[in-house]
Amino acid sequence: MRDLQSEPLVQVEDLKMHFPIYSGVLRRHTGDVKAVDGVSFTIQPGETLGLVGESGCGKSTVGRALLRLYEPTAGRVVIEGEDIATLDAEALRLKRPTMQMVFQDPQASLNPRMTLSAIIAEPMVEHSRMTADERQARVFELMDAVGLNRRFANRYPHEFSGGQRQRIGIARALALNPKFIVCDEPIAALDVSIQAQVVNLLEDLQDKLGLTYLFISHDLSMVRHIADRVAVMYLGRIAELSPRDALYDQPLHPYAEALLSAVNEPDPNRARRTRIILKGDVPSPANPPAGCSFCTRCPKVMDICHRDRPELAEVQPGRLVACHLYTAAGSTGASEVNEPPIQQGATQ
Amino acid sequence: MPDGAAPVLDVRGLKTVFRTRGGEIHAVNSVSFHLKRGEVLGVVGESGSGKSVTMMSLIGLLPSPPAEVREGSVLLGDSDLLKISPEDLRQIRGARVGFVFQDPMTSLNPVFTVGMQIMEPLREHMGMDKRQAEARAAELLELVGIPDARKRLKSYPHQFSGGMRQRVMIAIALACNPDVLIADEPTTALDVTIQAQILELVKELRQKLGMAIIWITHDLGVIANIADRVMVMYGGQVAEHAPVKDLFAHPRHPYTRALLKTIPAITGHRDARLQVIEGQPPILSAAPTACPFRARCAHAMEVCSRENPQRHAVDDAPLGHGHDVACHWAPEGADA
Repeated sequence: MRDLQSEPLVQVEDLKMHFPIYSGVLRRHTGDVKAVDGVSFTIQPGETLGLVGESGCGKSTVGRALLRLYEPTAGRVVIEGEDIATLDAEALRLKRPTMQMVFQDPQASLNPRMTLSAIIAEPMVEHSRMTADERQARVFELMDAVGLNRRFANRYPHEFSGGQRQRIGIARALALNPKFIVCDEPIAALDVSIQAQVVNLLEDLQDKLGLTYLFISHDLSMVRHIADRVAVMYLGRIAELSPRDALYDQPLHPYAEALLSAVNEPDPNRARRTRIILKGDVPSPANPPAGCSFCTRCPKVMDICHRDRPELAEVQPGRLVACHLYTAAGSTGASEVNEPPIQQGATQ
Repeated sequence: MPDGAAPVLDVRGLKTVFRTRGGEIHAVNSVSFHLKRGEVLGVVGESGSGKSVTMMSLIGLLPSPPAEVREGSVLLGDSDLLKISPEDLRQIRGARVGFVFQDPMTSLNPVFTVGMQIMEPLREHMGMDKRQAEARAAELLELVGIPDARKRLKSYPHQFSGGMRQRVMIAIALACNPDVLIADEPTTALDVTIQAQILELVKELRQKLGMAIIWITHDLGVIANIADRVMVMYGGQVAEHAPVKDLFAHPRHPYTRALLKTIPAITGHRDARLQVIEGQPPILSAAPTACPFRARCAHAMEVCSRENPQRHAVDDAPLGHGHDVACHWAPEGADA
């Protein structure tokens, strides 16, 4: 189903999203919050790219800038051959049906004064020439597809549970037959037993409609389940981008390693193993450390990490890592990337 | 952990009802458990399972009306917390029972320095003067791993990050050396790497201070990491109770079994499809006369809609001390 040789559906190059800080009496521009600072990746048609990281790492901002819900500061976002970042308003409007979003909070992303059928039909009113009857038929079709009972069509969002509301959000995203859907923490607000229902639904829809997902989440075990490849973000940049199994078997970037080791496994025998406990907090993206952004917390930090910022580079086939442990500058045995590279850091 | 000792906290037959305009909500139904010194009891359940309401009922933190604790007893040492006066209860809260809430952003007062907030229980309950309290507050901040403690006493909550604020909350809860610490989803709002820091901290503090901890969460991974015993709640009742290893190795209740299967693993085998628990949690509008899980249960039998199952032991230990389950179907014997 997934053809890795084909043209990527989504191609992001050096995406930057800076939010200006104004301070002082004159509200002068005194700095920027670099929420996303040079992110590049591609997504193949039919693929699910997982985007993980802790709060404040910029993963949601990437999702929003990708669909141009924010105006990106710099960079290119090519979806189906068109650069979203530079389209004018009308061209962008015409492009919208191909790319949709499912939001985290189904409570806040549904208008409480609109009925379910009005919510799902709204994108069609805006973007298609369907008649009211055609729209209604399509609404029912979508409700069937996401597992909502047709009887509920005239109810309001508050009458539904969290899981059902998320189904409404998914139905709305599907209304215009999109190719690409950004799922921004779609299950974070749901109970464990409901999360699995929604994830299965997303997977079924992907199989049936050939959708491409960017799945943004902080839930590493759910991302392992749903994603084909996973990008780990830290402080506005991608630390590692690897195929799922490779990443979870042997994370290469020290941050990816620490992040995975911090996950609590539902197994008392494994959960109490020794983990890598990172010291301190994530630095502010308004004032990131010089050099590698992870150098303040990295257990394998070297001198060079405080000076030079490592670039994302392919260190094994298909695996991109931004870390000096894997570059010639950081180690003498750059070709031996399979060796546990901690020694170089420890001898300094 | 320590066996045979008298429990610090003994809760029996607790029943809490909310009176609303739409009728009564039976949020907690006959919940019983106990807690020994130095032990961590994990309480798992989905939203609406009654796990938080149970713990808030214990120490009178629910607004009444609409809440009403109808039945039961809560023995802390010799005193029944449900019978003593509000003033006595106030003396116990913060002094003998500490509470850490889920959201460190909203449970600290933004207009007071964290120093003042840590010193408040010390001066209130321990009768310390300002200087003593300040010294102790600095000690506490150091204990929970906040660097430069003396200086940070003068900071306001907004000057701390989420993880640091949760540490401050823990420092406040620990201020008077409580016998029991109730932690209600203390790490849910935090990132995984910060969550790992807090879990390590709590484990370390338990070793050092020997207090008993009730840890409420919906995250089975956290439970596996920190709890000695686990109580699984569903629909306002205890569905299953067991030592942590037993629970994960031999879950008996269909709900526990299903719950363990819905979580995808981070290592090892990866299922092509996630197991789901179909349906929605129950609405507890009447006192239960049937099993609350029956509508979603794969093993539901005729008796399940007639009779609410009682907890019964599945091993040799007395009820409430070993593995017990409230289910008509649950298999008995060692190898389930």
